[in-house]
Amino acid sequence: MPHDHDHQHGHGLSPSGHPYRADDDVALTHWQIMEIALRELIVEKGIATEAEIAATIQTMDARSPALGARVVARAWTDPAFKERLLADGSAACQELGIEPGILKLVVVENTAETHNLVVCTLCSCYPRNLLGLPPDWYKSRAYRSRTVSEPRAVLAEFGLTLPAGTRVAVHDSTADMRYLVLPRRPDGTEGWEEARLAALVGRDAMIGTAFATDPGGDTDAALG
Amino acid sequence: MSDTDASLSAVALAEIATPPVAPPYPVDHHRFQPGDRVRVRNGRAPGHIRTPFYVRGCIGRVERICGAFADPQELAYHRPGLPALPLYRVRFTMAAIWGARAEAPGDTVDVELYETWLEEVVDAA
Repeated sequence: MPHDHDHQHGHGLSPSGHPYRADDDVALTHWQIMEIALRELIVEKGIATEAEIAATIQTMDARSPALGARVVARAWTDPAFKERLLADGSAACQELGIEPGILKLVVVENTAETHNLVVCTLCSCYPRNLLGLPPDWYKSRAYRSRTVSEPRAVLAEFGLTLPAGTRVAVHDSTADMRYLVLPRRPDGTEGWEEARLAALVGRDAMIGTAFATDPGGDTDAALG
Repeated sequence: MSDTDASLSAVALAEIATPPVAPPYPVDHHRFQPGDRVRVRNGRAPGHIRTPFYVRGCIGRVERICGAFADPQELAYHRPGLPALPLYRVRFTMAAIWGARAEAPGDTVDVELYETWLEEVVDAA
């Protein structure tokens, strides 16, 4: 029997006392082979260079929820921008220098009456230009199937309890639109500047599985 | 899933929160208007279908016209998918989808659906 993370004995452990992780010396999967074959063909045929492919991956990895948070903070501070954002999300993002690409953005606003929640039941559609790569749970079968059948139970597991009388509005991104939730602005943030407000807007608040951080809340919540 | 009294009253509930939104993306002609009642075809076409099974056969209301987009069922096979199809967001109540099993009957799910998957529902006089 291997040790279960035993710090007492020296064998099989790194100098810091942690077990060595096995190398992933396993056969490539079908899709890994396909990815390598396709990438090599693209390079051979002169469609793109290795450097261009690496740069594109770096660009995709560099996108983060901070972009979406900027959009939310602007909407909180500029009512005219918010109106344009709700009417045509992609055009409004361009105003902030965020290139929407092929993204057709629909922004849904949380209010006292309505709490919005985004899912893609068919795959993993997500506003990557604004939020970066989706979290693993967003792509899981459990989240995708349960969010349209028992969204309140799902929200409860994220620690979200909605005030009585709130309607849950789920948005299933089945086709060409992508969705961003505009969370409610926390109380006690009157007069705050955009950058400070943006720091209150986490990724999950823009998917709908969290609220924006309450600056008057407990320390854990404020740090979370 | 059934056209019971529960689902009909839930359809009325779904009407409450349907502000008119203009389509931000171009669309030439479209059969349905925001607010129209529609039924999702209960079809079982093979291929790349963007109509989830859980709303097939269900009745909802058009929330907005999104615009016209190339048919994904054609695009998936490297065909142009033209003419572009009108795409709608259709709002369903949980009661209309799940019937008596609904977690909260008045909660809603909005789903993007292409016009070819929608049928007109005539409101009872």
